Amino acid sequence: MFDTKQVLFAGFGGQGILFSGKFLAYKGLISDKQVSWLPSYGPEMRGGTASCSVIISNEPVGSPIVSTPNILIAMNLPSLDKYEPTVEKGGIVIVDSTLIERKVNRDDVTVYYVPATQMASDNGIPTLANMIIMGKLLSVLGEYDEESIMATLGKVISARHKDMLDLNLKALKLGMEA
Amino acid sequence: MTDKVLMKGNEALAEAAIMAGCRHYFGYPITPQTEVAAYLAKRMPKIGGTFLQAESEIAAINMVYGVAAAGLRVLTSSSSPGIALKSEGLSYLAGADLPAVIINVQRGGPGLGGIQPSQSDYFQATKAGGHGDFRMIVLAPNSVQEMADLTVKAFDLADQYRMTAMILADGTMGQMMEPVSLNYGEPKKIEKPWAVTGTKCLRKHNVVNSLFLVPDELEQFNFARYERYKQIEENEVMYEEYMMDDAEICIVAFGIAARVSKNAISEARKQGIKVGMIRPITLWPFPKAPMLKAADKVKEFICVEMSMGQMIEDVELAVRCKKPVTLCNRVGGMIPSPEQVLASIVEASKKGE
Amino acid sequence: MIVFDKPKSLADVSMHYCPGCTHGIVHRLVAEVIDELGIEGITVGVAPVGCSVMAYNYFNCDMVEAAHGRAPAVATGLKRANPDSIVFTYQGDGDLASIGTAETVHSAARNENITIIFINNAIYGMTGGQMAPTSLPGQVTQTSPYGRDTSHCGFPVKVCEMLSQLDGPEYLERVAVNSVKNVRNAKKAIRKAFENQIAGKGFSLVEVISSCPTNWGMTPQKALEWIDEKMIPYYPLGVYKDRSANKEGGNG
Repeated sequence: MFDTKQVLFAGFGGQGILFSGKFLAYKGLISDKQVSWLPSYGPEMRGGTASCSVIISNEPVGSPIVSTPNILIAMNLPSLDKYEPTVEKGGIVIVDSTLIERKVNRDDVTVYYVPATQMASDNGIPTLANMIIMGKLLSVLGEYDEESIMATLGKVISARHKDMLDLNLKALKLGMEA
Repeated sequence: MTDKVLMKGNEALAEAAIMAGCRHYFGYPITPQTEVAAYLAKRMPKIGGTFLQAESEIAAINMVYGVAAAGLRVLTSSSSPGIALKSEGLSYLAGADLPAVIINVQRGGPGLGGIQPSQSDYFQATKAGGHGDFRMIVLAPNSVQEMADLTVKAFDLADQYRMTAMILADGTMGQMMEPVSLNYGEPKKIEKPWAVTGTKCLRKHNVVNSLFLVPDELEQFNFARYERYKQIEENEVMYEEYMMDDAEICIVAFGIAARVSKNAISEARKQGIKVGMIRPITLWPFPKAPMLKAADKVKEFICVEMSMGQMIEDVELAVRCKKPVTLCNRVGGMIPSPEQVLASIVEASKKGE
Repeated sequence: MIVFDKPKSLADVSMHYCPGCTHGIVHRLVAEVIDELGIEGITVGVAPVGCSVMAYNYFNCDMVEAAHGRAPAVATGLKRANPDSIVFTYQGDGDLASIGTAETVHSAARNENITIIFINNAIYGMTGGQMAPTSLPGQVTQTSPYGRDTSHCGFPVKVCEMLSQLDGPEYLERVAVNSVKNVRNAKKAIRKAFENQIAGKGFSLVEVISSCPTNWGMTPQKALEWIDEKMIPYYPLGVYKDRSANKEGGNG
């Protein structure tokens, strides 16, 4: 869909923002793309908001900083307020509509509203709203294929948390169908 | 599929140090390099190595001095204010001709400054690492792969030339994840007959020392050291030339600033502006020759750096003022945007039209 | 026949110490102990900054010259790099109890398996007689010309007492070298401090009350008497900690 995916994940600490980014970066790596992942760090991270930049490209990645994303994942209101104006024209915005009540103001971007936090809670996987949104993103991008998803989960979930693998898969599926 | 793994720069660097045969690490916590310590705290005990959290950066660098004196590969890491505290030790390491590897994951300054990425320790690293006449080899990675590769290189150079080698990184390089492959083979072994490992009653005792009270003796040591530095300047300069073949404007940038500049160069090329980049990988020895050569064909140099203008002085010296050198910078933990760099390029391209 | 030999572990050079200085005695005691324990070939010493800065020329074992106050950190590195070696530092009061306090306290807290010989002569000798962290209240020095005023510059640091409050260290003893009896006791303590390291017991520090006739402005004889009259009452001799013997607290 985009030659170079410039993805910005944003929300608050504990939502798995960095994990989502890592998943997407690894999925790119497994598909032989050039990738980079850059978190916000320091007091900002500890103070509540978290964000991370992921770039997936066929070309070597220049700056790893995503300042004009063509994909924005917003998982809380401050993140949407802050980053909505930065999204590239024609970009994609996915919003966790459980936590963000307002609509996106831009009309030059494609917006998907996913009540991910509610869905996660309803399905007994309250910590995996991030992966429900990821499922949605992959389906929007036409990149939802189980083989590479399984391979990626194998990379980002450590062996001692193998039980999380199925739950993540469940979350991704819920998102894909949302 | 690929054999590469995603790693944070700080962790790739730490793993590379282990692969280079380093089994001793001493450090003191400071953002944004803490992952180096955390990673080695986990790894070292499992491979029979030593990870020790020192009571201060000063103690850490002196523990480094002890291990280096004993002839083993040794590492410490810190960030800007912590490196300042280590500068005493850096001078002693130089004075005693001891090899060691120092990591500076820079943050904004001066003083306590901030914790966001910066390149404002360029002077400190390349010119004023401590008191007295001495140099450090300074390597500036601009990717996670280079964080690892240059760390291995740093250990080899340090041993070969009996001096400290510093990795001058920044918070971005330390925190970002990129694919890396770590394949280095057996660590280079360099004989260290000067090491203090006990005489075993078989030889005259070795002394590791930086005190020479007789002036002409001290002078000779300095001369000999600078002879070695000359060899390094001749043999160890590393840099990357990017799109320089037809370039009329030359960007000079290292680390994260060089990554940002690549984006700007792509955009400028789309607009038909012939711009390239010389990226120093060794900040000392500084790649003077390629810059002087470029000065004959480009009309302007743009130094992109995250300081108030430190490397720019070396660029000006390198091109011997043949062409103008302008500064494009952000400081305090801010990173220049590709748009800002592009604007500088466009401005330069319009001059003399 | 008894022949009075120089210990093998002392280099055959003349020392730069002033006449009447007790550094020479302590050097000799350390060298004798190294000889007697047969550890010359595996011993690495660390010299400080101060009068004993050139100790690296006087001991026949491998030696390292450390930055001011940093000897315990350097020794930590040496010992961790090469746990089979025997590592000792030789430090004065300015080095150990002023600029290097942190390194001293933390190497003790870690129970670093090293031996520290600490020369307390209550003055900065090398730089010409300034007030030391261990200068006595009222003591006249170049930088306390009216006598050490404790209301202005505080009180002396009692190193053995201070370190004895830590759980870390294995062995702390204060000795003196101003009489034959005291010298013999000093040697015993120094020997124990090395034996502890060989046995892997950990941090052992021997504080040696020493004289500095030159900077105290006294004859060597008077300086030795001054140790008895002034120094030892303030710095009582004795074992401050001996964990293996389960002994704590001074017995001065």
